[in-house]
Amino acid sequence: MADRERRGAPPYGGVFQPRTRVMEAEDVRRAVRRMAHEILEHNHGLDNVELVGLQTGGVPLARAIATELAEIEGTQLRVGMLDVAFYRDDIGLRPVLPEEVTDIPFDVDGRIIVLVDDVLFTGRTIRAALDALGDYGRPRAVQLAVMVDRGHRELPIRPDYVGKNLPTRRDEMVNVSAEGVELGEMVK
Amino acid sequence: MRHLLSIDELERGEVEELLDLTDHFVEVNRRSIPKVPALRGKTVVSLFFEDSTRTRLSFETAARRLSADTMTFSVGTSSVKKGESVRDTVETLSAFGVDAFVVRHRSSGVPWQIRSWTDAAVVNGGDGWHQHPTQALIDSYTIRSHFGSLEGRHVAIVGDVKHSRVARSDVAAFTKLGATVTLVAPPTLLPPSLAGWPVQVSHDLDAVLGDLDVCYLLRMQQERMTEALVPSLREYTASYGLTARRADRLGEDALIMHPGPMNRGVEIAPEATDRPNAVITEQVANGVSVRMAVLFRLLGSGSQLAVFDDSGAGPDT
Repeated sequence: MADRERRGAPPYGGVFQPRTRVMEAEDVRRAVRRMAHEILEHNHGLDNVELVGLQTGGVPLARAIATELAEIEGTQLRVGMLDVAFYRDDIGLRPVLPEEVTDIPFDVDGRIIVLVDDVLFTGRTIRAALDALGDYGRPRAVQLAVMVDRGHRELPIRPDYVGKNLPTRRDEMVNVSAEGVELGEMVK
Repeated sequence: MRHLLSIDELERGEVEELLDLTDHFVEVNRRSIPKVPALRGKTVVSLFFEDSTRTRLSFETAARRLSADTMTFSVGTSSVKKGESVRDTVETLSAFGVDAFVVRHRSSGVPWQIRSWTDAAVVNGGDGWHQHPTQALIDSYTIRSHFGSLEGRHVAIVGDVKHSRVARSDVAAFTKLGATVTLVAPPTLLPPSLAGWPVQVSHDLDAVLGDLDVCYLLRMQQERMTEALVPSLREYTASYGLTARRADRLGEDALIMHPGPMNRGVEIAPEATDRPNAVITEQVANGVSVRMAVLFRLLGSGSQLAVFDDSGAGPDT
């Protein structure tokens, strides 16, 4: 769970109260390693592949995947960062301000872009990210990597690489970090 | 923040938030498609009772790059010519469903009045000699992008302070952000009273030149001068113009700024505008990004919820 999510969760704020720990730090590391291998396998190497992390939770995960890919393949990918605040469709439903500047240091035209985020929930962030990416060019393909897929999709979007499938209730929250993954609630 | 009427109505934190937000739009404007859907379905009207090209076009460009719809109103082609009052004009336009008015008027205070006649957000695009808040945000952003911060910087605002809404807004913004401001002008071009202005005053440009981080030249507003305030433009230039010789005496990193349109050869010499430390075109370029930030802040997602110190994207990552 990104920091902004913690602060912006309905009804706009509260404290994350962890209930169960579903992944330990070592589990997260293993999942990152596996996803890196899957990205390589799926794309037959790293030719033409670029990583883009979604602000703010997806960026550290994208960096971790890049580090892992560098260890396996010896190629250090640059990690793009994308903030989708201007592309969201929930105008008026919740406050949205951008957190971090978007920075995509490569041309997306004709590349295979792996979008990386920490948690996949309704899919609306990914929808916004696809729109945003379209303004930078026309990628040959866009793939999606997430640490946790928690279900409750509201759009026809599915991930290509998943750290863990985690069944949740709608009102639960998932917190992802390098130290592990926790399931809990927001408490006012 | 419901309206942007004057810098004085903003807290320092709100000014800094707008400047931080501007960074995002500078990035948007560098893209091959410099347009985001953030204000889809919103309507922004530029209501200009006074001539302007750069401010009006800059606001309209900003609105379009946020995917808002724009309507332009200019006095020359409107029912104002038939005697329609400002109030009737505003109420008529509001009936079309307007989300924001950008107002320019030659009388001070008109944007405040308009605020009471409409539910739309009102942005002051310059009222008389009074305020021009987006210009001050542009100038603050430009200075900040060179020095990282305005804290402790020394800015001279040179020239026709008396008739300048830019000077009034700039003084408020620069001092709010921690800069020291010196007004440099002949007594006739200063306001009759400077009580309450957090500034130093000098009548000698050469004396302050060596000590500046920013030399900000104001336009000689000959159209607003109803009396002879300076003996001649040539004499004004000799004492207060940024000539090539004076530009040489500025520090290498000191910025040369001007809000435009320039009277070349009067307040600023053509040679001075070509210096690498002259950032006048940068100011214009930043204008669109700053105005996008202002419009997004007033009309963008979540602005209705007014919980910006506690903002976030929500639980659907």
